[in-house]
Amino acid sequence: MARAVATGAELQQPKPRQRVAWRGAAGAIAQYGLMVLCVIVIFAPLLWMVGASLKTRQEIYSLPISWLPSSLHWENYRQAWTAVPFERYFFNSLVTTILGSALKVTNGVLTAYALVFLRFPRKDLVFLAILAALMVPEQVVLIPNYVLVSELNWVNTYQGIIIPGGGVAFGTFLMRQHFLTLPKEVIEAARIDGAGHLRMLWTIVLPMSRPTLITFTLITVVAKWNEYVWPLLVATDDKVRTLPLGLTQLQNSEGQTQWGVVMAGAVFVIVPILALFVWSQRHVVEGLTAGSVKG
Amino acid sequence: MTFDRGRGDTRRATPWREYLLFLLFVAPNVLLLFFFTYKPLYETVRLSFYNWDLISPVKIWVGLDNYRNYFDNDTNRYIIRNTFVFSFATVVGTLVIGLGLALLLNRPLRGRNAARTILFAPYVVSGAAIGIVWLFVFDPRFGLVAALLERLGTTSPNWYNDPNWAMPMVIIAFVWKNLGYAVVVYIAGLQTIPLELYEAARVDGAGAWARFRHVTIPHLSPVTFFLLVTSILSSMQAFDIIRVMTQGGPLDATKTMVYQVYEQGFVNYRVGAASTVATVLFIFLLAATVLQIRFLERRVHYS
Repeated sequence: MARAVATGAELQQPKPRQRVAWRGAAGAIAQYGLMVLCVIVIFAPLLWMVGASLKTRQEIYSLPISWLPSSLHWENYRQAWTAVPFERYFFNSLVTTILGSALKVTNGVLTAYALVFLRFPRKDLVFLAILAALMVPEQVVLIPNYVLVSELNWVNTYQGIIIPGGGVAFGTFLMRQHFLTLPKEVIEAARIDGAGHLRMLWTIVLPMSRPTLITFTLITVVAKWNEYVWPLLVATDDKVRTLPLGLTQLQNSEGQTQWGVVMAGAVFVIVPILALFVWSQRHVVEGLTAGSVKG
Repeated sequence: MTFDRGRGDTRRATPWREYLLFLLFVAPNVLLLFFFTYKPLYETVRLSFYNWDLISPVKIWVGLDNYRNYFDNDTNRYIIRNTFVFSFATVVGTLVIGLGLALLLNRPLRGRNAARTILFAPYVVSGAAIGIVWLFVFDPRFGLVAALLERLGTTSPNWYNDPNWAMPMVIIAFVWKNLGYAVVVYIAGLQTIPLELYEAARVDGAGAWARFRHVTIPHLSPVTFFLLVTSILSSMQAFDIIRVMTQGGPLDATKTMVYQVYEQGFVNYRVGAASTVATVLFIFLLAATVLQIRFLERRVHYS
């Protein structure tokens, strides 16, 4: 434990004596070993999932346990795809994620723009009223929201899944903080040139805010794709069910007697978001950890 | 914090057009937040004073009865206890292991960026999928954990049906999912500590442990505080993992307050009881959120 404590500066320092250099090398090997071990431990469940999805039923349910599939057995994927309407779930997840994210991002951007660049009396209070929504977790308001949505006849509709989550507090905060850092002169120059607000937003403010906008969009997409409790309540029909719920359906129909098929289903849910994450990890990490450390 | 960009301008008349545009831009967001966040919060508190089955047109006013019944019930106390056990264990687990891994991955090791990415990956993955994967990992006969325990010459406990083991199972899955977040935040925190401080401590003859104790730990305290609050909030709202892994069972052993809100409201149709739990939970969460917002505000002022 104590070895892991010293800082980067220590390793970069020239080591005058041989003995110290040797100890440094041993320490480095130990650290690499530890790092690899941690990565394996963290990755093990996902490897186990992929492994099982490629095993035959006999391989999964025989002892001693086989660590790796003997051959690539794709049958589980086909079976998962047909046991429940996965194609439909995929489509539903895409629709709710894209439309839901578009609504949230549009709301966040427009609100932040108004809060920073438009005049209005006491707009600090408007900002506070929006920010205060952060204090109300979704789980606390499930029941009244369900009642409202069913009164609107929105149960088992896309709008029922999407609209209640359309308001955005954190994203507004994120965009506003960024807009405040934009150089005033550029904005004013555009105003003098007679640019309207929508044009200014589109041609000046947003292009200058690309990284923050991408971050905001990505964290919204990730949250939407993984959303569980609200769709669980309002999407009880396969017509509108999203992937995470579809996976629960698969678990219910195949259960613990068909782990290979269930794991193949889990791969369907996990892989798209993991691909998005690997492709854009810098922005995702930035967005999800925003506000934690200065700067 | 806010400043008016139009201040310097010479127009004297009230800019009605700009006010109107402001309202147009802000209205959709504010209305959605009003109808789906603020109003239902009020409704939740109001419904906790009624008995209602979610369907019938009549709600029966019962005053504080729901609260009396709630606190005067062993099962509910057990569920509150579960909520705090789950929250405490996951928060401590995430922060301690997260700090350890952050210290390791903050060293100039080749491949550490890849390691960070892998560590962070579970955080972006659906909790429902994670729960199902871990359920298989913990399968008492054919799971990964059973296989490893077999290697060590012991047999797996029955994670599914033994009330003593179900809670550790969901705690491990939850910590695993959230660990990468703590690691990344801690690494960011470590990188704000000036290296000169370590040099100075070294000159003063401080050993590795003393440097950790007197330089690293104090400088990480704002980050630790932030993580503490966000982890408490997310653990007290945990739902998807519990729902797919145990449905709150066996014998309520993994039932937390959030799960109880869902179950009372949408399985038992006892809206009054569900709203009571939700209101109590909201008060717990509010305390933690107020701390978080204070923290955010401080950040805003300094950055």
